[in-house]
Amino acid sequence: MSTPVAGRFVGQSVLRREDPRLLTGRGTYVDDITVAGLVHAAFVRSHVAAGRITHLDIAAARALDGVVAVITAADLNAGAGSLQPTIQLHDPSNAPLRALADGDVRFVGEPVAVVIARSRAIAEDGCDLVALDIDPSAAVVDPEAALAPGAPLVHRERDSNLAQEMPVLLPQYDEAKARAAHVVRATFRQHRQTPSPMETRGIVAIANPASGELHCHLSTQNPHEARLVLARATGTPEHLVRVTARDVGGGFGQKFMLQRDEIVIALAAKHLGRAVKWIEDRRENLIASTHARTDVTTVELALDADGHMLGAFVDELEDAGAFPVGAAGGAASAVGAFFPGAYRIPALSWIARAAWTNTCPRGAYRGPWMMETVCREQMVDVAARAIGLDPLELRRRNVIATTELPYTTPMGMTYEAITPAETLEQAAAAIGHDAFRTEQQRAFVAEGRLLGVGYSLYVEPCAMGSMDPLGTESATVRVQPSGTVLVSLGSGSHGQGLETTMAQVVAEELGIDVDQVVVVQGDTDVAPYGRGTGGSGSAIIGANACRAASAVVRDRTCEIAAHLMEAAPGDLEVVDGEVRVKGTPTRSVAWTEVARVAYHDTARLAAGARRGLEATESYTAPPVTFANACHAVTVEVDARTGITTILRYVVSEDCGRMINPMIVDGQIAGGVAQGIGGALYEHVVYDGDGNPLTTTFMDYLLPTASEIPAIEIHHIETPANNPGGHKGVGEGGAIGSPAAVFNAVADALALVGAEVRDQPLGPRQILAALTAAGH
Amino acid sequence: MADHDVALTVNGEPRRGRAEARTTLADFLRDELGLTGTHLACEHGVCGSCTVLFDGDAVRACLLFAVQAAGHEVVTIEGIAPAPGGPDRGALDPGAPDRGALGPVQQAFMECHGLQCGFCTPGFVVSVSAFLDECSDPTDAQILDGLSGNLCRCTGYQGIVAAVRRAVELRSGALPAAEPSESRP
Repeated sequence: MSTPVAGRFVGQSVLRREDPRLLTGRGTYVDDITVAGLVHAAFVRSHVAAGRITHLDIAAARALDGVVAVITAADLNAGAGSLQPTIQLHDPSNAPLRALADGDVRFVGEPVAVVIARSRAIAEDGCDLVALDIDPSAAVVDPEAALAPGAPLVHRERDSNLAQEMPVLLPQYDEAKARAAHVVRATFRQHRQTPSPMETRGIVAIANPASGELHCHLSTQNPHEARLVLARATGTPEHLVRVTARDVGGGFGQKFMLQRDEIVIALAAKHLGRAVKWIEDRRENLIASTHARTDVTTVELALDADGHMLGAFVDELEDAGAFPVGAAGGAASAVGAFFPGAYRIPALSWIARAAWTNTCPRGAYRGPWMMETVCREQMVDVAARAIGLDPLELRRRNVIATTELPYTTPMGMTYEAITPAETLEQAAAAIGHDAFRTEQQRAFVAEGRLLGVGYSLYVEPCAMGSMDPLGTESATVRVQPSGTVLVSLGSGSHGQGLETTMAQVVAEELGIDVDQVVVVQGDTDVAPYGRGTGGSGSAIIGANACRAASAVVRDRTCEIAAHLMEAAPGDLEVVDGEVRVKGTPTRSVAWTEVARVAYHDTARLAAGARRGLEATESYTAPPVTFANACHAVTVEVDARTGITTILRYVVSEDCGRMINPMIVDGQIAGGVAQGIGGALYEHVVYDGDGNPLTTTFMDYLLPTASEIPAIEIHHIETPANNPGGHKGVGEGGAIGSPAAVFNAVADALALVGAEVRDQPLGPRQILAALTAAGH
Repeated sequence: MADHDVALTVNGEPRRGRAEARTTLADFLRDELGLTGTHLACEHGVCGSCTVLFDGDAVRACLLFAVQAAGHEVVTIEGIAPAPGGPDRGALDPGAPDRGALGPVQQAFMECHGLQCGFCTPGFVVSVSAFLDECSDPTDAQILDGLSGNLCRCTGYQGIVAAVRRAVELRSGALPAAEPSESRP
């Protein structure tokens, strides 16, 4: 293991250039866009989870002063092309998606009609005037119930509610189980949550019937993917569709794949030949955008007499909702495949299933398959208690050591540059494990207080390079005649600070000042094709694309300068904006002079040399790059109220070479807060008929500053096997935290023999567990 | 629906506009006056993204009607600090000398990475400005309490809490701007 040396810019906590505009109210989010002739849309949505539309009358709405149009399935559906994301175009497990509900409805919130009016307020008035009668039928709200024999069908076009099933049952596991001293089995439930970006979804779709152009301003993580979907869905040639996204107010996966609501607005704009704006309201976002998590997982762990893991079996069932969005709608197989995580588990069998239900679509949310960490890490604690070991000790006996690398998992994935044992020990030391155990016993015996410590150790697959079109990013690095540099990227930064971090990478590679580099992204007319921002991929894929294009530009700069100085290009380097002969800094030419010559003094270029100074290069990531971390947390559970208070929170992580440590810490802290919220507070609730009960932020509880403790972050920097040595960091915080918090609460409850298996861990669930244990 | 004439003071300037009785102050500021820095994230008074100063007090602009603001003084995020050179000047010309014409709360948020996507940020900046006007040297508990009326989904609040502490220093004028490496939360 080597510790990378920070560069002049890479590795520095450069302050973000995005901040001045965002801090002064001068950002440009989609709702800030306005154009001449703009009209506003509001959706009529189903108020019933399942049923037949018996009556839909739009006459009164259409007659309202200020209403421009009322659009239903009859107007749009037949003319719509595929609504599927590129990665799912030919996926046989796709739900039968339609633009607007047609004949029946399949979840509460499903769009049935769109009212378009002079203002949003009038559009909403119009929605109230649409007469919609639905004859309700039985709904399935739970994935286990959905797969029970005789369950009502969510999609009448399909013969069951089984969206996906992948069994990987290997004889090695059965052999391991047969010789195990302990076989521990438990079922864990992770409840329904929703990403809740502070900016909801939104679109301004501008259709120009004369030119055929369709220009959509979107709140999106992935402009190029949105452009492809919009081109297919609206039948517009790809080169006539432009997607722009300037500032995006968070996404967390929800805005990675374009969803039907935005597609419908683009179809409506094209139908009307004008500009239409739709800004989702919070109620719509909570009931009808995407939900996440919602897993039921049974794990069987086989161990020898000393607590060494021999094998595991994982039975994962996920709730896909009615119309799962994007590849992450079916994350179940990843839960099985990535289950071994940071442990030496030589034998693995799994079965992964996804079920359609009459609920909001499942979509990506910061670590879409993170149930593998939730169920594995909870299982480690359950198994440790079952065989009488401290959970930390069971982890120590099974964690993969650096000396065992490269290590290949039973699924054939090879870890090369991870440090799980180091992060485990760093986190345990930071939390003060042994001292905490002493204090825990003292507080319990002397004062009856319930303290607990929990760990979560994981290896995160980042930036899947083999997963077209998500594995490749392109960058254009263009030196302007003035010498300043414009970088265009296909990314869709929505809080990650890519305008800053990618400029750091380019400036480092070119040898010029970071303030001479500007990064432009979020515009399909400007940027080369790219993968967007998600899947913990920007540092690996985006930064290395920037690096590749910068290298070409740097070489060409040196060629031009070599000609000017009558030196050999290989003898030159660029330092502080000067192209100079290595070892002879007095022989140099200014970077700005090279740029000027390249464009405006071309007679001084070598014969046949290309004019201008720019390059576009792409980078495709290896199939998987693994990052790793360990979270450790201590809590106190109040046995009278059931309320959990976090005492300390420690993260030890290895995301490889950091581009900007300040931003790395921010990514981790944000993810941890979401995971704490998920474990303790956030819960999307449906009643038995499929009616959502959490439709405001007074019901769906996001944590505030008062609930989130100080988060102590420690780094181990082990370079990954890519040019920059980076690993992903966007999702990890949210992957590791729920199980750590859960295990800490379970550790506290174990003092009085109470057991918990399911999230969330609100006061009600904790008091129920204590009561069940006779406490 | 009949429009009403609404005359008020916004960011120190007399402003006038038309509003239906049902139009919220937030929609009026955004749509009628073009002040799009006030953001709407829940429209039911929980998240605090739309916080503005109303006669000096922090209020949620989604819970007030525009007509209620007639004759009053409103300060939005655009009025919290001198504007940079113009829209987006900071990003498009990062080396510009007037970059960072920020007030102390804004400067502190930048130094401490108290924002990521920036959508909740105007509400936080306005809330924290009002909070520090009332409580210029807060304890940690007072800071958490003062922040608990605003939701942020990106930062995990670490950078925001640090920014409030830093803003206290900057407002006291005692300390020079920190180097980036020293300003991490």
